[in-house]
Amino acid sequence: MSDIPSAARPQRGLANGAAAWLGGVAALPVGVALQLLDPPMRWMQRMIGARRMAYVFLLPNFVFFGLFVFLPIGINVVFSVTGGTALFPSQRPYVGAEQFAYLFDCGSYLDPSSCREDHFWRGVANTAKFIVFQVTAMVLFSLVTALVLNMKIRGRGFFRAVYFFPVLLSPVVVALIWKWILQRDGLLNAAITTLGGQKILFFVDPSWAMFWAVFVSVWAHMGFYTLILLAGLQAIPADLYEAAEMDATPRWRVLIRITLPLLWPNMIVVIVLALIKGAQTFDEVFVLTGGGPGTATLMVVQYIYETAFSSQVQNFGLAAAASVVLGVVLFGLTLLQFAAARRKEV
Amino acid sequence: MATMRLSSLLGQRRNGQGRPLHWTDVAAYIYLAVGVVLMFGPVLWLVMSSFKTQSALLEFPPSALPFAQVEVTVPGQSQKLPLFRVALPDGTVRELAQLRRIGLIAQMIDPADPSQQFRVALDKREPVRRIALATENYSEPLQRFAFLRFLSNSVFVTVVATLITLLINSMAAYGLAVYQFPGKQAATLAVIGTLMIPMTIILVPVYLVVTELGLTNSLWAVILPGAATPTGVFLLRQYMLTLPKDLIEAARMDKASEWQIYWRIVMPLTLPALAVLAIFSIMWRWNEFLWPLAVLTKTEVYTLQIALNAFQGELQTQWHYLLAMTVVTLIPVALVFVFLQRFITTGIGSTGMK
Repeated sequence: MSDIPSAARPQRGLANGAAAWLGGVAALPVGVALQLLDPPMRWMQRMIGARRMAYVFLLPNFVFFGLFVFLPIGINVVFSVTGGTALFPSQRPYVGAEQFAYLFDCGSYLDPSSCREDHFWRGVANTAKFIVFQVTAMVLFSLVTALVLNMKIRGRGFFRAVYFFPVLLSPVVVALIWKWILQRDGLLNAAITTLGGQKILFFVDPSWAMFWAVFVSVWAHMGFYTLILLAGLQAIPADLYEAAEMDATPRWRVLIRITLPLLWPNMIVVIVLALIKGAQTFDEVFVLTGGGPGTATLMVVQYIYETAFSSQVQNFGLAAAASVVLGVVLFGLTLLQFAAARRKEV
Repeated sequence: MATMRLSSLLGQRRNGQGRPLHWTDVAAYIYLAVGVVLMFGPVLWLVMSSFKTQSALLEFPPSALPFAQVEVTVPGQSQKLPLFRVALPDGTVRELAQLRRIGLIAQMIDPADPSQQFRVALDKREPVRRIALATENYSEPLQRFAFLRFLSNSVFVTVVATLITLLINSMAAYGLAVYQFPGKQAATLAVIGTLMIPMTIILVPVYLVVTELGLTNSLWAVILPGAATPTGVFLLRQYMLTLPKDLIEAARMDKASEWQIYWRIVMPLTLPALAVLAIFSIMWRWNEFLWPLAVLTKTEVYTLQIALNAFQGELQTQWHYLLAMTVVTLIPVALVFVFLQRFITTGIGSTGMK
């Protein structure tokens, strides 16, 4: 590849080491396999012409998208307007909006126990509560952390890595780590009793269970949002700070007048992303509390999963109707995200 | 470098020229110190706990390091006996093995001289403990549960899915980046559209599709649905757009086929972006939970994550195995992190995805 002009080399220094490593490991067998694909591809090119090869390149991905995204969206709608327990759509009787009517059959929307499908509404209420606390805490802590990590401090790389590390952990691992700490004879209760307190059964008390669900979720994902905000902070022109320094502007004024306003577009991205992820909360909370005690931490996604897959009657129709509702909410949030992204570009 | 131009909030202490610390500096260091304890502490605690014996795990309050009571073989005794440090009535302190316990009295024996036996009150003895790593927490699950099976399932899913993802996503990205063709707009829009459909809301119908394909309880059911990722296509397409067009034209002049241009010229130049996507894909696949949970119901096809979740229900009383398996599940991610931390953080910072 030495004849390639230097201008053609990747401009971004991103991941060059990783690339070399990956390339070295994967190149040989993959190279052989891809070389074997050349004769059929050449034949194809002769048949349809070089320009139309674009379709050939797009085909595999679109087969996957079609099978596992577009087709399912259609089926989801079919599921949500049909009843019965059969999995195959043609065996399901058409019931119109009955599933939705059932889901939305409530005495009062503010009181889940007045609803016919009270678990769904408990899920909605819990998810809403979870989102309010989680997004607030997430934005607050990732903002403070990003501001601190953007200061001229020793070992900044190390500290950044520390906050980022949990992002990579699997939700199951995250939940088990905290379950072990929070259990009856765990580290936290040991600390509490050493300080003269009483052991607290965190997963028996609904408020504590919700608190820890929020805490663990913030702990696990904070690093991701911190990175986005940090990138935003580093994009703020340095001359602004230099000018402020010349004028001997106090730091809090610099923060309020320069940093926060210029960071605002990134903040919106973080808030909307956190909302979208928050509405889909499932794994950590499911492993940590199992949705309990009772239904105190049951989230919408857990309701969908259990209605479809783990309840005695696998009610695919109801689960599909609930996912359509969730989908509509997420779609609204995504539009918000695009609006925010556009504002960021301007 | 951006970091060189970067002027921080503080701005004043350039190149370490000493000015007195502002109180915000102190506050920042305190915040960071607390952060280190909060973020690393739990993981460290998990790892240390995973080396404790079952009985040490039941202790309350727990000790920081994995201590275990020393057990000795005493001539004439068939079983190993626990060792205690005993204050004898004559004022001497000796290490004795406990033969049996009767009420508040323990019958002790001198391991060095088994003919000597003592009767000791329970409060006069203290267990002799040494740091001992309970490696059996790690070795026993290998025999008692199909732990290697779950591990190899997870590795298979991660590797195969990542290879497929890299191949088909780079092909699609190449198609979108290099060619002008009717329907390009529509194709791009379709990719953006899939970006808005998370797995959580099409769980049930994807399950139907997978069932119709006859893939239930097969690892392919986990691998295939997420193989085409809109984020992957976009990441690669953006990168390929920066490659010079002349290069591709020159290759065409030399009668290279379109397929050869794709994999011999464009792919090698896209390696940095491919590496970022590979790291993401490995993370996604290794940690994936909801979908495998829905589609894998037979124990022999469980991935590590699903197995861990199943065990945490069954093994509530056997935390020693559960903790060790959690550590094993965490190791690959930790290794990826240690070696590729910089690439991951730049990747996330520049793409805003994870």
